[in-house]
Amino acid sequence: MKAAPFDYVEAGSADEAVQILAEAGSDATVLAGGQTLMPLLALRLANPSVLVDINPAEDMATIARRNGATVVGARTRQAHAKRDATVAERVPLMAEALNYVGHYQTRARGTIGGSVALGEPAAEMPALAVALNAAIELRSRRGTRMVPAREFYVGPYVTIRDDDELLVAIHYPDWPDGSVGIFHEVARRAGDFALVGLIAIIASSGDRIDRAGVAWFGMGPTPIAALAAEQALIGALKSEVDVAALAQTALAEVEPNDDLHASARYRRTVAARIFERRLRPVFEARA
Amino acid sequence: MSLHFIEFELNGRTVEGMTESRRTLLDYLRIDEGCTGPHAGCEHGVCGACTVLVDGEAVRSCLMLAPQANGKRVTTLEGLAEADGTLHPIQQMFREEFALQCGFCTPGFVMTLVALDRSEPRPAAAEMRAALSGHLCRCTGYQGILRVVERLARPAEAAGEGQGGNSGA
Repeated sequence: MKAAPFDYVEAGSADEAVQILAEAGSDATVLAGGQTLMPLLALRLANPSVLVDINPAEDMATIARRNGATVVGARTRQAHAKRDATVAERVPLMAEALNYVGHYQTRARGTIGGSVALGEPAAEMPALAVALNAAIELRSRRGTRMVPAREFYVGPYVTIRDDDELLVAIHYPDWPDGSVGIFHEVARRAGDFALVGLIAIIASSGDRIDRAGVAWFGMGPTPIAALAAEQALIGALKSEVDVAALAQTALAEVEPNDDLHASARYRRTVAARIFERRLRPVFEARA
Repeated sequence: MSLHFIEFELNGRTVEGMTESRRTLLDYLRIDEGCTGPHAGCEHGVCGACTVLVDGEAVRSCLMLAPQANGKRVTTLEGLAEADGTLHPIQQMFREEFALQCGFCTPGFVMTLVALDRSEPRPAAAEMRAALSGHLCRCTGYQGILRVVERLARPAEAAGEGQGGNSGA
């Protein structure tokens, strides 16, 4: 298999990549880790005329703390983030979720930003950004804008990023110490995309729930925040949460599809089951 | 179509040449360097037969462009055995454990295990098995490979935590 011809340009920094994108317009595609784009090129499902390689852009390969958030540069390798001390302390759900992103060999090249930018609806990193209410930093020659992850995804592989914009970093806001995070994915084999996936995070003081983030993946055209379930949780007392009812509230917001791998009915049944099984202990825990 | 001059370290020696932008590292190694350890299986990142080490990390060489190897250190199966033909310990274990049938997938499995063997701390067997899920063997000869894993992995009694997982599930 061989990709169609293209020009290959290396970008040594985010600004250099932005400059190239501004000049090349919609004919250019950004090459990050390449663990999805390279197969698409090989299969000729993608035919860019210019490939902008951001691998040399070390300024986008950093993990930093800024304004109460952990800022993960888009070019950060998945394998690197998985063993990073800041991620382990501040965004532990990311370290856990990365065990399910591709394989050991693809995580060595694959990037956090590449996965977030691609917007595969059954992938882990987009759903994590949605669940944690992260903000996505987009840069173009016109300027920089911050977009809530919850507004970033439009459809399968479709985001609101414009052609001349580069996803530079993802800002994961801090959740209070002691927040309980849940990651659960159902897939046939290791490394497969999820048939059903759930990410949740709950912060409480004593019995009272202060903050909640809940997102599904593999359950619709994009990762989906379970907003009504979150609203039902905030301010509620853990000891009074009806988990089964809450699962149904969370599922009212998704419309999973039938496909080759699972029926919509299977997805709903399994989703309710994992929601109840994983969240019940959180509400039963003594503060 | 752009052309690129590249220079990188291949199994301890420096190699250089011109390459088309669209050439994969896998094709460059096999066709331009005659280095046929990495096997061309699926050529889109699924089978793992093309796995090589780039700067010490196991990666799929079909998912890297040749120009991206510029300045890197690449190790293929050819770089493992001693000059006198003495096999690398992991190759020797594959031999002893009958960890191959047709051998097509073997270079990939070996390269991933070499990377894991060098990582600190030494991974537990569960972690090694999870890493091998990135490789397919169509002879279904996994049992022998898993015996190699048992020999390489951190001993079970020292292994406290396993691979993260759907804990509580």
